[in-house]
Amino acid sequence: MSSPVIEAKGLTKRYGRHVAVDHLDLAIKEGEVFGLLGPNGAGKTTTILMIMGLTDVTEGTVRVLGLDPARQPLAVKRHIGYMPDSVGFYDNLTARENLGYTGRLAGLPRALLEQRIAETLARVDLSEVARQKVKTFSRGMRQRLGLADALLKSPKVVILDEPTSGLDPHATQEFLELIRALKHDGITVILSSHMLEKVQVICDRVALFNAGRMALCGSVTELGRQVLGGGHHILVEARGPGLERALVAVPGIIRVRREGDDRYVLECDSDIRPAVAATISGAGGQLLSLGIRQASLESVYTRYFEEASHAA
Amino acid sequence: MRREGSPWSGLWAVVAKEAADHLTSARMRFLEVLVGLAAIGAVYAATQTIRESEGSDPFLFLTLFTTAKDPLPSFVSFLGFLVPLAAIALGFDAINTEHTRRTLSRIVAQPIYRDALLMGKFLAALLTLGILLAVLWLVVIGLGLIFLGLPPSGEEVARAFTFWAATLFYGGVWLALSMMFSVLFRQPATSALAALAIWLIFAFFWPIIAQLCAQSMVPEGAPRIIAQAYQAIYEPMFARVSPNYLFGEATLALLNPATRSLGPIFMSQLQGALMGAPIPFGQSVLLIWPHFTGLIAGTILLFTATYVAFQRQEIRA
Repeated sequence: MSSPVIEAKGLTKRYGRHVAVDHLDLAIKEGEVFGLLGPNGAGKTTTILMIMGLTDVTEGTVRVLGLDPARQPLAVKRHIGYMPDSVGFYDNLTARENLGYTGRLAGLPRALLEQRIAETLARVDLSEVARQKVKTFSRGMRQRLGLADALLKSPKVVILDEPTSGLDPHATQEFLELIRALKHDGITVILSSHMLEKVQVICDRVALFNAGRMALCGSVTELGRQVLGGGHHILVEARGPGLERALVAVPGIIRVRREGDDRYVLECDSDIRPAVAATISGAGGQLLSLGIRQASLESVYTRYFEEASHAA
Repeated sequence: MRREGSPWSGLWAVVAKEAADHLTSARMRFLEVLVGLAAIGAVYAATQTIRESEGSDPFLFLTLFTTAKDPLPSFVSFLGFLVPLAAIALGFDAINTEHTRRTLSRIVAQPIYRDALLMGKFLAALLTLGILLAVLWLVVIGLGLIFLGLPPSGEEVARAFTFWAATLFYGGVWLALSMMFSVLFRQPATSALAALAIWLIFAFFWPIIAQLCAQSMVPEGAPRIIAQAYQAIYEPMFARVSPNYLFGEATLALLNPATRSLGPIFMSQLQGALMGAPIPFGQSVLLIWPHFTGLIAGTILLFTATYVAFQRQEIRA
């Protein structure tokens, strides 16, 4: 637990004059689920490729389990399972054959390979279609096969690039469950995504990327506190005149936003629902509902970049 | 910067998988039928011609490979055409389909170097080509046994076998070329067209180009006899840039033991020679040794270029 599994210092990648990743500092601990989040083209995949040693580092250093991916790529890749963005397979081969090829490339002995293939396919719930050609597979099945492929060499670290993109909500949910299960086995998981809401629930910590820089890093609640101040959103549904003015006066409320005729969103630094209820009835309004919303990554993200662009 | 680990790890896994893919592909079926038909046609025509002749040639069996009968060309010229096509068919989509299928990043994420992938694909295709040619070779010899009713001599077998090796080296050049295009071009269609364009140039236009180049070497105002000498010396030199020409000369020397020289020689050099008498197998091999070297060197050069291009390529699609 002492030294981080993956550590990057001043990691930079330039393509000509374009800077894809700009002086990134990162430390990922053993056994955590770490999310690299940000819009497309923010440098997430480039960062992953540098961690894997699949693209050269322009500047800075990266260490995986203490190894240098540029000099010891085989040793590094033996410990990392990787599922690329929109993973592809050999369509004319079966699921088993595809995994078999990966396993032979990884140098697994035959007997162990058979066992691992069976295990990983069972894990991602594809045992029944193991002997079917991959061309018959749906998007969700391919994605799960991709996870099996990454897990085949029983890696210490699994890197998943956009694991849920293109999946329907049900398949996404299933896939996130699989990732959660990995955490139970003590595997360090790094996943990248541009869908903030979907992955925030499973990530221990996240790093928000923008234009090659890591804008923010921490757990979702931490980030909420850091960026949104209070990090609490109280949702109010109430009827009555002049409520907005009355609510602004409540101590602890930072901002009141009206989202419809009778709907208000209150940003506040702590959970002050009782005070809000009291204020509404005091002002002669009818309180219809009162709820609280946890800080969402999306609001953190939008707010942060709103502020960043204002500051600029 | 030194990198640790063997560049060969995973090589045989790639070779086994790719060779299995090739041998079971529809493309291969097609090639087999095409080449098989060509072989049977050419050999049948050749035996017809041979039967009509007196049959005093001590290397009768080898004429099976080289005899043409209108309208069918000889087996050797069939191969000169078809082997590049087969090699291009085996190599033109080697790397770029791994990109388009999005399997490449998954493969290179395994503990192997890219060297193993490229080398494995090359070896697998060469192995496939070797098997294809060996089968053909055996079919021709088998048909020869049936049609001619006489067994080949030891030297004939040795010459025919060396011919098989020459054909394989010739295929290797085209394979390396088409694999190079498969790295350079993302679209398999573009890569195939580029390889076919080069093949067309060497098969049809290069003899004309070589002739023109040789003409341009002739000094101005030279007498006709000198101009002819220049032409005779320079034309083969330019022509030998083409692997097709090298293959043609190599097969000529191997399958026609009476061939003493591939190019102009002086009358003085022929003094005491028994014209039309065959030379020993070792001497024939010596004659075409530069051609072998040239074909192999061409393959290595093209493969190295491919390797460098592939190493520098970004993996992400």
